Amino acid sequence: MGKELIAEIISWYEGDAGMLIPIMQDLQAEHGYLPAEQLRNLSKMLEVPLSRIYQVATFYASFRLTPKGQHEVTLCMGTVCYLKGAPRISEVICEEYGIKPGSTTTDKLFTLQAVNCVGACALAPVMIIDGKYYDGVTPESALKMISDLTLKEEVAEQEAGT
Amino acid sequence: MSVDSNSRVVTSRRMIRSPEELERVREEVRKRRSSVARSVRVCIGTGCAAKGSRKLYELFYEAVEESGAEVQVEAKCVGCHGFCERGPIVVIQPENIFYQGVEEPDVGEIFRETVIGGRVVERLLYEDPGTGKKARTEEEISFYRVQERIVLAENGSIDPTDIEDYLCMGGYGALAKALNEMGPEEIISEVEKSGLRGRGGGGFPTARKWRSCREAEGDMKYVICNGDEGDPGAFMDRSIMEGNPHSVIEGMIIGAYAIGAAQGYLYVRNEYPLAVEHLRRAIEQTREMGFLGEGILGSSFSFDIKINRGGGAFVCGESTALMASLEGLAGEPRAKYVHTVEHGLHDRPTNLNNVETWANIPAIINRGGEWFGSIGTEGSKGTKVFSLVGKIVNTGLVEVPMGMTLRQIVNEIGGGVKGGKAFKAVQTGGPSGGCIPAEHLDARVDFDELTKLGSMMGSGGMIVMDEDTCMVNIAKYFLGFLKDESCGKCTPCREGIPQMLYILERIARGEGEEGDLTKLEVLGQLLSEASLCALGKTAANPVLSTIRYFRGEYEEHIAERRCPAKECRGLFYYDINTEVCTGCGICRKNCPLDAITGERKSPHLIDQEQCTKCGTCFEKCPFTAIMKV
Repeated sequence: MGKELIAEIISWYEGDAGMLIPIMQDLQAEHGYLPAEQLRNLSKMLEVPLSRIYQVATFYASFRLTPKGQHEVTLCMGTVCYLKGAPRISEVICEEYGIKPGSTTTDKLFTLQAVNCVGACALAPVMIIDGKYYDGVTPESALKMISDLTLKEEVAEQEAGT
Repeated sequence: MSVDSNSRVVTSRRMIRSPEELERVREEVRKRRSSVARSVRVCIGTGCAAKGSRKLYELFYEAVEESGAEVQVEAKCVGCHGFCERGPIVVIQPENIFYQGVEEPDVGEIFRETVIGGRVVERLLYEDPGTGKKARTEEEISFYRVQERIVLAENGSIDPTDIEDYLCMGGYGALAKALNEMGPEEIISEVEKSGLRGRGGGGFPTARKWRSCREAEGDMKYVICNGDEGDPGAFMDRSIMEGNPHSVIEGMIIGAYAIGAAQGYLYVRNEYPLAVEHLRRAIEQTREMGFLGEGILGSSFSFDIKINRGGGAFVCGESTALMASLEGLAGEPRAKYVHTVEHGLHDRPTNLNNVETWANIPAIINRGGEWFGSIGTEGSKGTKVFSLVGKIVNTGLVEVPMGMTLRQIVNEIGGGVKGGKAFKAVQTGGPSGGCIPAEHLDARVDFDELTKLGSMMGSGGMIVMDEDTCMVNIAKYFLGFLKDESCGKCTPCREGIPQMLYILERIARGEGEEGDLTKLEVLGQLLSEASLCALGKTAANPVLSTIRYFRGEYEEHIAERRCPAKECRGLFYYDINTEVCTGCGICRKNCPLDAITGERKSPHLIDQEQCTKCGTCFEKCPFTAIMKV
């Protein structure tokens, strides 16, 4: 990992600095976020100023500079979901877990993302947990689904126990 | 041989080197396919997939494997049928029997009765809520009857991961015709005759853009497909890319040939992983068969396409911002006086069109510009795909000829407002559009008409709102969205939107002041005149259009501190209907402030002094005894 990984990703794009965004997307796919050290490596190896890399990393909503939780909870905030009650869902999740959209619970259980429309408007309000879409979500059902999420360590413990 | 894990398609693909060979291969595929007696088409569009259609497909596939039926049957995954409200949808061909709301236990019955037995399972058919009549096929359902499908025509019948399905439908025939029988000029003339205008929102004549790019000087030219569908409430492009990716690719190859471009880019929204996956497979298969690459179909024309995933920025739907993003920069737009058709991506001539625009091209080449031009209105030709969503009975994806009235779309196709509520407005054009009220429901939907009404066509989101929707709140929503998404390059947009939002938030809190509406209008005009890009120029539309049509509602918020739709917290209060209340005590237990009192089994009371209007009691009451007043 580290420099070798970046060198490999860069080689997929033949060292083209114009492909900075796909390179960073691949890097994020490997780590789950963009570690600062890796961005410094990237800057040197691609000969792109670090400031520009950070400009891109902070401009696009899909890039993360901090590690994410074990589960990904994405709440759609598109117009239709908004009309059908998504703000209230976001409110109850944030209250229950003491987080803000975009942040991760302290136990790293999940990261809550609020997205401006996931393009599944016929299902509104929509919540996506680890890639699976749930339709007609209510504040209660959202809390229930999240409370059913478990940490990997817990799963391992349970399995060890049985 | 290649095996597709997703749809288990087993095919041998070979390089095709001439239009004649293409026709031979097409006939071979059709002949091979003609032995299939019945085919199960399971929709795996987002709506149906969320309701478990992938599992249905697995079960049908197993049923096919295990059946050992004498007749050959098959199960396929297909793209979005549009009628998302009634998903999961399963269609049995060749009879086109349309089953809706299919669940796992139904698979066995459908397989036994329909696939093997050829009998219809009545209970899974769509029942018209008005007449109670059962519909056997799409054509008998009112949702589909008045639609006219060009772009979505094959969406529900082809497997998007199998190029042979597309070939069976005549796929890449338009490309062969364009390369073999038409020259670049002739292609552009045909598109010109069709009157096709850009489907991404602007409505710029496609042929004019192509010609400018063709005539621009430069050895290297690019074509781009804008699949960064960012308008909230819109999923047309997603469904096209996921459901029929080859139509977009074929359109791009024809366009590239007409323009003289050697490289294409598909810029797809980050939130659409399935679209990326389907496009990626489609491009691979297209290369294998020689529709992309060196010397396409034996001609001297070479072209290839790369896919780029967006970074999750709304502004990248704007063409110059998208190009900046493709260059590895932050997606900031630039001034429009430098035309991208001359100085676009990497400062080279670049032609950018939206997904739906590209997907229309094969049909125009196949059936002629004149045919396309015969559909629609004077200034807007062809059809338009809309995502009809919101507080409506039949939500889904619809494709209608330009010029259909909003009333027809909302009532005939959409089945009217949900829950017997009154229609209030329909929002079109996303954050660049506006809200159109009931008195304009007879307006014909085309580029110019919607602009006249203070909204715009946009990419095709159509969000229906009922009497419970507060117009101040919806304007606030869009400005909140735009404030987050403004790239910050130009001052009017960066500073103007937060100011407008600040005023709207005050109004929604009941702290509006006299003169606020004038301030909003002045700021809105400033934005439209001084912003750098089209997104900034139109950013005030959601506010201006709602002030124009719902001024009274704003004034009620400001002067009387009342929200007539009862959405703005603090501008209405909760009360308990003592006649309905059973005294169960659920509201009392759930109230975070103990503002509710009452004995068990006798009506409860809310202490208005203590109540913060959080709405918990309203949500929890099992008897809907709590009212908004």
